[in-house]
Amino acid sequence: MSSYHLDHLGYLETEAIHIMREVAAEFERPCLLFSGGKDSICLLRLAEKAFRPADLPTPFLNVDTGHHFPELNEFRDRRAAQLGGKLIVRKVEDAIAAGIAVPSPGEISRNRLQIPTLLAAIEEFRFDCAIGGARRDEEKARAKEWFFSFRDAFGQWDPKNQRPEVWNIYNGRVNPGEHMRVFPLSNWTEMDVWEYIRREQLQVPTIYFSHRRKCVRRNGQWLPVTDLLPPREKEEVRDLVVRVRTIGDIISTGMVESPANTIDDILAEIAAARVTERGTRADDKSGEAAMEDRKKQGYF
Amino acid sequence: MSPSIELLRFNTCGSVDDGKSTLIGRLLYDSKNLMEDQLEALERSADLTGGGQINLANLTDGLRAEREQGITIDVAYRYFATPRRKFIVADTPGHVQYTRNMVTGASTANLAVVLVDARQGVIEQSRRHTYLSSLLRIPHLVIAINKMDLVGWDESRFLEIREEFESFLPLLDIKDVKFVPISALNGDNVVDPSPHTPWYVGPTLLGHLETVHIASDWNLNGFRFPVQWVNRPNDPQNAELHDFRGLSGQIAGGTVKVGQKVMVLPSGLKSTVKGIRTYDGPMAEAFCPQSVTLQLSDDLDVSRGDVLVGLDVLPGMSDELHARVCWMQPRPLQRGRKYFLKHTTQTVQAVVTALESRINIDTFEAEPQPAELAMNDIGEIRLKVSKALIYDGYATNRLTGSFILIEPGTNQTVAAGMLLPPNEAVKPEYNDFAI
Ligand SMILES: Nc1nc2c(ncn2[C@@H]2O[C@H](COP(=O)(O)OP(=O)(O)O)[C@@H](O)[C@H]2O)c(=O)[nH]1
Repeated sequence: MSSYHLDHLGYLETEAIHIMREVAAEFERPCLLFSGGKDSICLLRLAEKAFRPADLPTPFLNVDTGHHFPELNEFRDRRAAQLGGKLIVRKVEDAIAAGIAVPSPGEISRNRLQIPTLLAAIEEFRFDCAIGGARRDEEKARAKEWFFSFRDAFGQWDPKNQRPEVWNIYNGRVNPGEHMRVFPLSNWTEMDVWEYIRREQLQVPTIYFSHRRKCVRRNGQWLPVTDLLPPREKEEVRDLVVRVRTIGDIISTGMVESPANTIDDILAEIAAARVTERGTRADDKSGEAAMEDRKKQGYF
Repeated sequence: MSPSIELLRFNTCGSVDDGKSTLIGRLLYDSKNLMEDQLEALERSADLTGGGQINLANLTDGLRAEREQGITIDVAYRYFATPRRKFIVADTPGHVQYTRNMVTGASTANLAVVLVDARQGVIEQSRRHTYLSSLLRIPHLVIAINKMDLVGWDESRFLEIREEFESFLPLLDIKDVKFVPISALNGDNVVDPSPHTPWYVGPTLLGHLETVHIASDWNLNGFRFPVQWVNRPNDPQNAELHDFRGLSGQIAGGTVKVGQKVMVLPSGLKSTVKGIRTYDGPMAEAFCPQSVTLQLSDDLDVSRGDVLVGLDVLPGMSDELHARVCWMQPRPLQRGRKYFLKHTTQTVQAVVTALESRINIDTFEAEPQPAELAMNDIGEIRLKVSKALIYDGYATNRLTGSFILIEPGTNQTVAAGMLLPPNEAVKPEYNDFAI
């Protein structure tokens, strides 16, 4: 080694590994939220770095809205199996049937209904910590989120009742029934995530790369045409070469027209992009404070 | 591969209306880190609140409640990059909760930007911010003298403010200080050099952020390795892994080489580093702040909370501590109170045995024997802990010299603590006979 000096990915990596190990050491029943999306793919690699050659100490938990891209679920199952991890999937469908999640009349989006489903899963397995892949650069309301985000017995996040984080010392103490959400990628940007995926040669679901897809124009976005989202009369439908930048549900994820076929292409595209990634998700457009409201109720 | 670029963490401080939000907005905007939807959101909110005028400051205002009250609480983190470096900005707004927030943002910073309104010059807050930067041992400081456009770009005003700072800087522990005349609003000397300051020959603010030498900001003198997690695969199928026992953690000081002798504290047992293991393969040497897994040549009983140290520079070890603390919660700190204390990777019980002084952060003077420390106060205290800590003075090592206090019951983090240097180091022959 020529100099004692980490580059930016090296710094972000050691910070995240440190946090993962703190979780493993201090919590009794932690889990890792794994969706198959790019951020949680990085989380899994960081878990390997933190804990190998031992087994990964946390099961993987995913809330399946029933509106997932099939490519995403396929990838999720395959990756979890490769790592020899235990994958727990809890479905919004089942939560609705059990009366845990109650849709309001005419509510099609499963976004809000993920929250009670997740909280019920946390209760079911008595998880005291859930590691998630959220990043502060995704959204203004996340900019003040700490690495260790405290949730009360109702799973709620109270911006006024968080614990200041100093140096690399994290306070993970919770009382029974309360839990912690931990975000090791807090300091990562979209660019860092893709640079890390490139450096680590990580596989990602195919929908991140350019493909042909029938899309419908709605609310200024191109949404994928599926059985769940048939075009309405007079709506513009086109066959486009697209990819996703951030994956939400298949009924609300805006596709971006893109020829990007490789990680390098994606990196070049982000470097030149003029829209932040959350700009492609319809669920965030409803209001600038929309994310903040969902977070208070226990969103990821 | 992308070229290897460094990450610089800095915090911005200034009192209300000195132009912090404008400056951060300007840095994001001029370094082309603003995206269309952010700009759009900015324009939309300008219509609602700003009488139609785009306000760069809106970019960095976070939560809705705060926006509605027109103030910002807590610390917000921002990210931007230039081709030369990546940056993490801790935005610590100036108001009542200021000390607590600034301590939080400053604890991980390489550099602090203290903003001063050129019209006002050095005010109470400027002294505070500079003092806190020094207390937290932020290695680099930039005094950005803002709103120079409002004083006619007058060089003598700039020099006057600079001299005022220089009159009290020697009382503090800051080695690297730069002064930059700027206008955050118009962008002068923020990203591009200003045509209005021919008398200023230094770098622009961003130019300085891109080039200041930060490679030696971590402590590389005196190996410290708080054991975080013991890695034991216990795999009966695999001969190599069957007996594998690794000590995982983040190096908190110095460097470590395969073959190096180390001492385990508190036991005092010595051993040799047999291997440095990472997911990416074995390493011959590792350094602070890397996260690694160490294997020792002897099968010692080592667990979380133990610390591996090099034999050249030894830490202190004591259950009686002397520290500066920043008090962070409304219920005041009083003598006799009990807390949990978390230091590196262990949590012990602590009782406050004495309140020695309260530091007046405007005059930098210590007021002896205060009855209590209130929220946002800084003071020197003595603590007795249930198990000896292995530590360094904060001035030598920010990671092994810092701790937090946690209130039992509420589990709130109530203090950030910085240890004063130990009276004596552990002796190298400590416990030799026990082997
Ligand atoms: N003339 C002038 N006004 C400035 C400058 N920087 C900030 N301001 C104005 O000062 C006011 C307060 O700035 P703001 O960024 O909100 O301050 P903060 O409270 O420190 O975040 C706003 O009206 C800004 O437009 C500057 O360099 N020159």
